[in-house]
Amino acid sequence: MSTITRRRALGAAASAAVGIAAGRALTAPDRAEAATARPDAAAPETFDEIYLGRRIQGGPQGGGHHGGGHHGGHGGDYAVRVDGEELHVMRNADGTWISVINHYEPLATPRAVARAAVRELQGAPLVPLTLV
Amino acid sequence: MTVRKNQAQLTAAEKRSFVNAVLELKRTGRYDTFVTTHNAFIMSDTDDGDRVGHRSPSFLPWHRRYLLEFERALQAVDPTVALPYWDWTVDRTPRASLWAPDFLGGTGRARDGQVMDGPFARSANRWTVSVRVDGRDFLRRALGAGGRQLPTRVEVDAVLAMETYDMPPWNSASDGFRNHLEGWRGANLHNRVHVWVGGQMGTGVSPNDPVFWLHHAFIDKLWADWQARHPRSAYLPAAGTPNVVDLNDTMRPWNDVTPADMLDHTRHYTYDTAA
Repeated sequence: MSTITRRRALGAAASAAVGIAAGRALTAPDRAEAATARPDAAAPETFDEIYLGRRIQGGPQGGGHHGGGHHGGHGGDYAVRVDGEELHVMRNADGTWISVINHYEPLATPRAVARAAVRELQGAPLVPLTLV
Repeated sequence: MTVRKNQAQLTAAEKRSFVNAVLELKRTGRYDTFVTTHNAFIMSDTDDGDRVGHRSPSFLPWHRRYLLEFERALQAVDPTVALPYWDWTVDRTPRASLWAPDFLGGTGRARDGQVMDGPFARSANRWTVSVRVDGRDFLRRALGAGGRQLPTRVEVDAVLAMETYDMPPWNSASDGFRNHLEGWRGANLHNRVHVWVGGQMGTGVSPNDPVFWLHHAFIDKLWADWQARHPRSAYLPAAGTPNVVDLNDTMRPWNDVTPADMLDHTRHYTYDTAA
């Protein structure tokens, strides 16, 4: 329940901010981020930044703040959030990453996946999704 | 017997029947159950855990059964309808008749990716995206955005030439036909087409775009073409593989069908061309 409240609050703020950045989002894909990840990469870094007006965070999950949502579906141990809402991500065998927003296009790092999701969302809020 | 035809060869009446049957499944809520099922599998299939619908040998038989279920649902609305397939090596630009307003409608507008024409445009009020991962309820596409190119016939033929169906570790890192067709390795066929279409087709809820079925019907046909070229190559693995659907294991969510049951498509439908 608190998740929805937070999403609404942050989503509204993010929508206002992203309007300014939307043009850039469409024309500046991070090509460098698409480089192939090295195999057997170490655990990916923790990050927390504002990208195109939205807060993206990534790091090992397991903190008390995790709501037990859809992330459990694939047994991953790393969580990515966009404006506080969890973005479902998955690590491929070769160390590359995908998300539910870009599911067919592996990128090198979770941060690259989070940034790609922000560009693809064009200001829209993520919707919590449960496995049925 | 159902005959699956190249979408480019459909008559105006066949296009209309297909579109109307899809819209009827959407109206009754049946369509969205297919989207939900696909997303549940795409989020739970992992390279180092249980994997059934994607990134595994059962990618092909799983989608064959999934398409059969959808085609049967369409035929319950209109028995004359069959799934068409999209040969994206030939019809490879946004100007193809596939994307005309009398069929699937075109690409999305620049501002928000919204599809503005055709029967699946939000403004027609018959296609609200309900099973979604973000707040947008309209169909989106970005056909060929960023100069992306669809796979070529040469690239397809190189994958069809691979003799071995699939190989350990039976996931997105595998060599062999299945993973090259799926696209996690090599020239990238199936995955790249999802990305080329863009919008919902690039996401876990990709069946929200009706082109999903035409794309996968062609992937399914390429499996049949591969079988015809390699009659001595079998589905692999045969038995005893952890986390992976072996030849005679049942597949979720149906639990009454095995890859072995799905090897011969002619029990269910034929294609308009010889393999």
